Amino acid sequence: MKIVYFAWLRERLDKTEEDVDVPASVHTIGDLMMWLKSRGEEYELAFDNPKVIRAAIDKTHVRPETKIAGASEIAFFPPMTGG
Amino acid sequence: MKSVETVIITTLAIDTNAETKAVSEAGGNIGAVVTFSGICRADEKGGKISALFLEHYPGMAEQEIGKHVEEANRRWPLLAARVVHRVGRIEPGETIVFVATASAHREAAFQAAEFIMDYLKTSAPFWKRTEGGGREAWVDANEKDERAAARWK
Repeated sequence: MKIVYFAWLRERLDKTEEDVDVPASVHTIGDLMMWLKSRGEEYELAFDNPKVIRAAIDKTHVRPETKIAGASEIAFFPPMTGG
Repeated sequence: MKSVETVIITTLAIDTNAETKAVSEAGGNIGAVVTFSGICRADEKGGKISALFLEHYPGMAEQEIGKHVEEANRRWPLLAARVVHRVGRIEPGETIVFVATASAHREAAFQAAEFIMDYLKTSAPFWKRTEGGGREAWVDANEKDERAAARWK
């Protein structure tokens, strides 16, 4: 599964995207954030406060309880500050 | 008549005169054009900045703006809507975002422009970082923007 990161998440992880094999126990966006958080020091720092992190599945906004089955690209990013 | 909808994301400077002209001449019985320009400030939270750097999620940014332009089109009788958002490095005084709406009468154009901007601020995937004073910092999201978007629900 492809995961992409933006803004300070991208900086803290020092990567714009990665391909990961997600364990079968990870069902939702919230599960995925908790699993990513356990992958190392930089992930722990990046996902320290999952409440402030927004997510999109295949370029559509989703909530933490949204199921990830069938997703081809999942994005994580801070609240938006455009305009 | 179908309204003319245009969404552009660019690294180039925005020519607001040319953009306004494009909307005014979109065709149909246009009697009102409302434009909004969001400009890079020289001061952010009391500190001088030398520039903003705008990052976006390609594909999703266009799609989110497009969705809200379409929604504005359903709510108000628009004849044209145009959104141009700049990304990359932007200096104080330069235009970050330009929104223009056209309709037969002013009320629809005023309201639709505000609606599009309110949703662009809270749902289009763009992020601002400030440069200046020897440090860089990501701009925090504003709760006031969330409330502004919520009033259209």
